[in-house]
Amino acid sequence: MTQTPQRPPLEVRRLGRVPYGESLALQEQLVSARRAGDVPDTLLLVEHPHVITMGTAGSWAHVVSDAAERALLGIEMFEAGRGGDVTYHGPGQLVAYPILDLKPDRQDLHRYLRDLEDMLIRVAGDFGIEAGRREGKTGAWTSSGKLAAIGVRVSSGWITSHGVALNVHTDLRYFDTIVPCGIADEAVTSLERELGRPVSLEEASICLENAFGSIFDRHILVG
Amino acid sequence: MARIEVPMPQMGESIAEGTVSKWLKALGDVVARDEPILEISTDKVDAEIPAPAAGTLVEIAVQEGETVEVGTIVAFIDPEGGAAVAAPPAAAPDEAAPPVAQVAAPVAAAPAPPSDVDPGSAEERLRTRSTPVVRKIAEEHGVDIAAVSGTGHAGRVTKQDILDFIEAGGEPAPLPVPEVAVAGTASPASTPAAAPATRGAPSDLWQRFYGEVEHPEFPVRAADTVEPMDKIRRLTAAHMVVAKRISPHVHSFIEIDFGAVDRIRAANKKRWAEQGARVSYTAFVAWATSRVLREFPMVNATVSGNNLVFRGNVNLGMAVDLNPGLIVPVVHDADDLSLVGLGKKIVDLAERARARKLLPEEIQGASFSITNPGVLGTLVGMPVIPKGTSAILGTGAIEKRVVAVVDPDTGLDAIAIRKRSLFSLGYDHRIVDGADAARFLARLKEMMETFPEDA
Repeated sequence: MTQTPQRPPLEVRRLGRVPYGESLALQEQLVSARRAGDVPDTLLLVEHPHVITMGTAGSWAHVVSDAAERALLGIEMFEAGRGGDVTYHGPGQLVAYPILDLKPDRQDLHRYLRDLEDMLIRVAGDFGIEAGRREGKTGAWTSSGKLAAIGVRVSSGWITSHGVALNVHTDLRYFDTIVPCGIADEAVTSLERELGRPVSLEEASICLENAFGSIFDRHILVG
Repeated sequence: MARIEVPMPQMGESIAEGTVSKWLKALGDVVARDEPILEISTDKVDAEIPAPAAGTLVEIAVQEGETVEVGTIVAFIDPEGGAAVAAPPAAAPDEAAPPVAQVAAPVAAAPAPPSDVDPGSAEERLRTRSTPVVRKIAEEHGVDIAAVSGTGHAGRVTKQDILDFIEAGGEPAPLPVPEVAVAGTASPASTPAAAPATRGAPSDLWQRFYGEVEHPEFPVRAADTVEPMDKIRRLTAAHMVVAKRISPHVHSFIEIDFGAVDRIRAANKKRWAEQGARVSYTAFVAWATSRVLREFPMVNATVSGNNLVFRGNVNLGMAVDLNPGLIVPVVHDADDLSLVGLGKKIVDLAERARARKLLPEEIQGASFSITNPGVLGTLVGMPVIPKGTSAILGTGAIEKRVVAVVDPDTGLDAIAIRKRSLFSLGYDHRIVDGADAARFLARLKEMMETFPEDA
């Protein structure tokens, strides 16, 4: 294995379809292990079954569907323990959970958010899509809507969890069941909708891993 | 041994404040160094804050949901461990203050602080009991913070304290009196001069009623789902119970014809669209109400202890449905705004309410409220009077009805189709008599039905 000594390693784990509850438990376990130094920085890549998750800044008022409708659509609900408001995850969405130790040189929450945005903007760019930031609205946006959402947790010792959700070929109608991030009247979009051609999660994963390694200056090990 | 302060940490260069989202430890809990004791949220991030030292959590100075500047002390840890715990949070505002003052006093006597200190140093904060903003002001004006009386959390010097101090010519202010105590002493024979001192301070009676709100529990059945109330729901629930318990509610109704309003809307629609204004029916109601309120001071008022407080401004709370959930942004000095101005303001507030972009002052200080159950087709509602006000207007569905009129051509009774709506006024019967309410509603009806062209 060739490893550039200057760049710390990042273990990427492509886990495929994982129920949200399991991903929470796995992250919790990895945060402890990362804090103890038992694992390197880790990037989990998953796809969730339909789920609505609530951040700490969120309000159930932004879940506009009722329980019956959600049951009909097979949507689970969770309190996520991350920052931000309510969001939706589901098939066709690439969710990335970086478990990083931000010490010693990245202990700045805003910088971390901006870095995640840069990473997402770069991924969009890889597909020839022009994405950018919107003032006061964390995430990656195209002219037609929100392409990716961000919601992060930083645990004791500057260990990150939760992360980003990039719409690849998400069925965007599911977002109608919530007010994404508490921002009403904002459209959501996906790589597939922007491009007008099918895009696979694998294709998006490869771009995201590379962009992540480059922005966070990590050497990627695929686990 | 001094207690150790836990400040709101600087979690990033451009981060000026944080919200306490959750206390992971309770008062009296023993904590290890670096053990997470609370969670804060800023922007899109949730972060755990570890204990700076081992000891016992003896005071929580910032409650869940409160947002404070970086550097503000959120808790105190006693490294000795077994020390007495400050009063529980429910009673905190008045009871927690004295022990804090005792800690702060010897601290204030410490030597004047160096001015170029690292704002992150705990020792420095202990000496000056202030935030970076306050220290900057102190530095600019050459003020020794130790000489300023603090009214903030744990006796800390707030921005207002230091500005007051400078304005007063640098004389030490009298010892701070907790706001709650001031409100409590303002009872009988209170002079007008005493009144402003109680402004903004909720009475301790109100606080006590809140403390007493308990929702009875009921058995859950097999097919049921149980969800904990979120914060907005909890606050709303407690507020409704207390508001109903304190104010004797009475409701009166009147039917209002929207013919005049419709004619004005039709005549101006194009011009308003060009001005980028949306002048809804609600804007007409708000305009007329704000003018009529001036004539009925008891409807724009509140009972406060044994006093009646007549509000000097007409600040209209406008209920916005978040579906589910509700927020009431406030149009300050609504009686100073034109019809178009009100229309724009209402659209702006409602949009920002739904986008959660309201500023704190935009949901405070209402002197009267308007709610619109009619927007969903309801005939009319009987709304609850928000605390600190004496009345609320509910507007019902505006719909075409068959009514008896006098035919202007023949002078005979005739049946006509008119656009009409039922309005309800909920009022606090301690201050508003039934006849006052009737006169208010009659005047509002008159204003709505002969709506001025130049509003």
